[in-house]
Amino acid sequence: MSISEAMHTLDKSDVRRRRWEARTRYLKDSYILWQRNHLMVVGTVIIVFLLLVAAFAPVLATHDPYEQILPDRLASPSLEHYFGTDSLGRDIYSRVVYGARVTLTIAFLVALISTPLGMVIGVLAGYFGGAVDEVLMRFSDVFLAFPKLILAIAFAAALGPGVENAIVAIAVANWPSYARLARAETLGVRNDDYIQVIRSMGASNLRIMVGHITPMCLSSVIVRLSLDMGTIILTAAGLGFLGLGAQPPMPEWGLMVSDGRQFLVDQWWVSTLPGFAILIVVMGFNLMGDGIRDILDPHQRQS
Amino acid sequence: MAHYVLRRLVTLMITLIGIMVVTFFISLVVPLDPLASIAGPQAPQETVDRLRVLYGFDKPIYVQFGRYIQRLARGDLGTSFQTGRPVLADILHFFPATIELATLALIVSILVGIPLGVLSAVYRNSPIDHFSRVLSLIGVSMPVFWLGLVLLLVFYFKLGWLPEPGRLDIMLVEPERVTGALLIDSVIARDWEVFGDALRHMVLPATVLGLFGLAGIARIVRSSMLDVLSQEYIKTARIKGLNELLVLTRHALRNALVPAVTVIGLTYGGLLEGSVLTETIFSWPGLGRYLATAFLTLDLNAVVGGTMLVALTFCLVNLMVDLIYAFLNPKIRYTES
Repeated sequence: MSISEAMHTLDKSDVRRRRWEARTRYLKDSYILWQRNHLMVVGTVIIVFLLLVAAFAPVLATHDPYEQILPDRLASPSLEHYFGTDSLGRDIYSRVVYGARVTLTIAFLVALISTPLGMVIGVLAGYFGGAVDEVLMRFSDVFLAFPKLILAIAFAAALGPGVENAIVAIAVANWPSYARLARAETLGVRNDDYIQVIRSMGASNLRIMVGHITPMCLSSVIVRLSLDMGTIILTAAGLGFLGLGAQPPMPEWGLMVSDGRQFLVDQWWVSTLPGFAILIVVMGFNLMGDGIRDILDPHQRQS
Repeated sequence: MAHYVLRRLVTLMITLIGIMVVTFFISLVVPLDPLASIAGPQAPQETVDRLRVLYGFDKPIYVQFGRYIQRLARGDLGTSFQTGRPVLADILHFFPATIELATLALIVSILVGIPLGVLSAVYRNSPIDHFSRVLSLIGVSMPVFWLGLVLLLVFYFKLGWLPEPGRLDIMLVEPERVTGALLIDSVIARDWEVFGDALRHMVLPATVLGLFGLAGIARIVRSSMLDVLSQEYIKTARIKGLNELLVLTRHALRNALVPAVTVIGLTYGGLLEGSVLTETIFSWPGLGRYLATAFLTLDLNAVVGGTMLVALTFCLVNLMVDLIYAFLNPKIRYTES
C-alpha cells in the first residue's frame, strides 16, 4: 500500500461518510426484513400501542383508576364503564389502561437490572478465564438450578411482598442466562487479532472489556432479552396474582385477575378482561422478540 | 460415557451445595423475626433471649449454616407452621399429586406437540403449519392462571361438563395410598369409579399445563425437523426410492428428536413451576399449592424445604436429560470411551 493510499484511508471525513453509509444501509435492510415479517409487524403494532396507552393513560382513562364508587360495584360492561367495574366500584377499563404503565415499568426495570449484571459477570468470566471463570460460572449455575418462577417467588416472599421486591426477585432469577451468553460471546472474540492489537497499543483490561468486548456481546444479549420480555411480564403477573408482587390498590393486571376470582361466575369481566390484556401484551413481545432475532441473524440478512 | 456421567455427577454435587447456600440465604433475608413469631408479640425480653440461644440464633452465621447443613444431612427440614407437621412429611404427602399432574401434562404435550411439530415442518407454510405456530405462540404467551380461570368458568360453571376444582369428588373415598398418585392407586385397588372421577378432575389442569408444554415442544420439533429435512442424507434416502413415511420417521424424526430431548426436560421443569399457579386455581392438593401458601404465610421451613426439593427435582431431571442426550448423540457417546 502506498503512502498516499494510507493517507486516504485515514482521512477522517471519508471514514465517517462510509460508516454513515454502512449504518443507513443496515437500517434499510432491517426495515425491509421487518416489513416482510408480517407477524413481527403485528407484534410491533401491539407494543407501540402499549407504549402509547401507557404514555397517554390520563387522556385515555375515563375514570380515576383508584376512585371507589361503592354503589356502582360489579357493574357489567356498558358505555359508562367499558369493561365494567370491580368489587370496589373502580372502573376496570381505566385500571387496565393504567396497568400498562405498571407492566412496562416492571419489565423495563427488570431488564435494566438483570442485563448489565449478567453482562458484567459474563464478560469478566470469559475475559479472565481460569479460576475467575470457574467461580463465576458455578455461581450462576446455582441460580440456573432453580426453575425461574420458583426462585423469583422465593425471593419475593423472602424480601416481602411489593412491586419493588418483585422486580429485584425477577431480576435475580434472570441474570444468569445473560451471563452465560455474554461469556460465550467473550470467549469468541477475546483472542481475536483486533483485541491483540489494542492490547499491544497499551489498552488496559478494563478498557478492552468495556470498549471492545462488551459491544460485541450486546446484540445477542438484546435478542435474548427481547425473547425473555414476555416471560418477565408473565412472571410479574404471576407474582401479582399470588399476592407476592404488586399490592392493592395498584392497578397491576395479575393482581386484578386475582381480585376477580371470587366473582368469576356472575361477574366474569372482573377477572377475564385484565387477563386478556396480559395475553395480548405478552404475545406482542414474543412476536417482536422472534422477529428481532430473525432480523439480527446474519443468515437471514444475506438472503 | 462413564467419564461423562461421573463429571455430571460431580457438577451436580457442587450445584446441590449451592442450592443449600441460596436457600439458607433466603431464610436469612426474611424481614420477619422468627423469634417474635415463635415467642408471640407480648413475650418478655428474657424469653426471647433464651429462645435465641435455644434455637442457635446467637451464633455467628457460619455456625448457623453448619447446623443447617447438619440438619439437612439428617433429612430434617424443620416443622411447618402451617400444618404443624415435619416439612419432609408434608412434602412427601403432597409431592405425588404434583408429579402425577405434571407427568400427565407432559404426556399430553409430547403426544400432541411432536406430531404437530412434524406436520408443521413437513407441510411448511400450509394451514396446519400456521395453526401449529399460532397455537405455540398462544401457549407461550398465555398466563396459566388466567387460562385456568377461563376454562373453569366455561367448562365447569357454564357448561357443567367437567367437575369442580379439586382432585376427587367429596363423595368418593380415596383408595389406599400406595404411590400417592390417584390414577395408579385406584387401578391397584380396582376402584374404577375413583379412577374415572380422578381422570375427569385432571382434564382441565392437565390441559392448562399441557398447552404450555406443547408450545415449546412443537416449536423445537418443527425447527429441528426443518433442519434435518434439508440435509443431504434425506435427499439420498429419497433418491434411493425409500417410502416417504420411512424417510420421515426413520431418517428425519429420529435425528430431529435429539435436540427435542433437552427441551422436553426443560418443559418438565416449567411444568413444575407452573404447578404453583395451576394448583392454586384448581385447588389441587399438591406441592405447588403447599408452596404458594407457605410463601404467602412466610412459613419459612416449608418455603426452604419446598424450594430445595423443587430445585433438586429440576436438577435430577436435567441430569437425566443430559444423559439421555449423550446416549442418543453418538458424538458424545463415543468421544470419551
